[in-house]
Amino acid sequence: MPIRIESDGQTVTAYLSGEIDHHSAVAMRQAIDAHLVGGNATLLIMDFTDVTFMDSSGIGLVMGRYRQIKYNDGELHIQGTSPHIYKVMRIAGLERLAVIEKG
Amino acid sequence: MARQALNQTKITVLSRSSNESYARVAVAAFAAQLDPTVEELNDLKTAVSEAVTNCIVHAYPDTIGPIYITVSLFEEGLVQIRIRDKGRGIDDVKRAMEPLYTTGGEERAGLGFAVMESFTDKLRVRSTPYKGTTVTMEKVIRCR
Repeated sequence: MPIRIESDGQTVTAYLSGEIDHHSAVAMRQAIDAHLVGGNATLLIMDFTDVTFMDSSGIGLVMGRYRQIKYNDGELHIQGTSPHIYKVMRIAGLERLAVIEKG
Repeated sequence: MARQALNQTKITVLSRSSNESYARVAVAAFAAQLDPTVEELNDLKTAVSEAVTNCIVHAYPDTIGPIYITVSLFEEGLVQIRIRDKGRGIDDVKRAMEPLYTTGGEERAGLGFAVMESFTDKLRVRSTPYKGTTVTMEKVIRCR
């Protein structure tokens, strides 16, 4: 599974890896939502350090999880975005929804 | 006068989501002979991924059908990618191309065409309902 998740109940950190497209995003969504839906998490950190490719399916993945964490009045942080991934995120204006840390 | 391609490849894949990765990597591998930068290759891969995903999600929502990909290389680093399907077509192309418009459900951002547009130099979409859709993209690879 190209995703590793750490959670202490309040903070859920999802370490994504590999390629994010329409094919792979489904399993990533299900894995993250298993920790978010019905829980009390107020901070979701999505780490893209090991993501090698992303298309607009990744935007859908981020926006969907943003809605989930907002439901708990929480926040979304994005970290480890390569120039390519940041460029895709900018098209959707994700920097207005989440704190994005490049690198 | 029609432009003469210097080189060309044609790839046909079935509209299975497992082919999204193959399609974009195959196009990038063919375009690699123009010596593109990593950024230019990523732009091409992303644009192809969007177009192929559209075929899978929208053109053939309930069936599996063929996706025809033609990559042509022209003088001065011009790459033309044509992605054609025989799916259900788009009723209103202009509306479909509006950013954030989607019929694909909550997890689709509705940004496929916006990504294709910003990651290539030229985008043309032709569609006939119940006959299919052809997306043509062009990008100039700057010679290094």
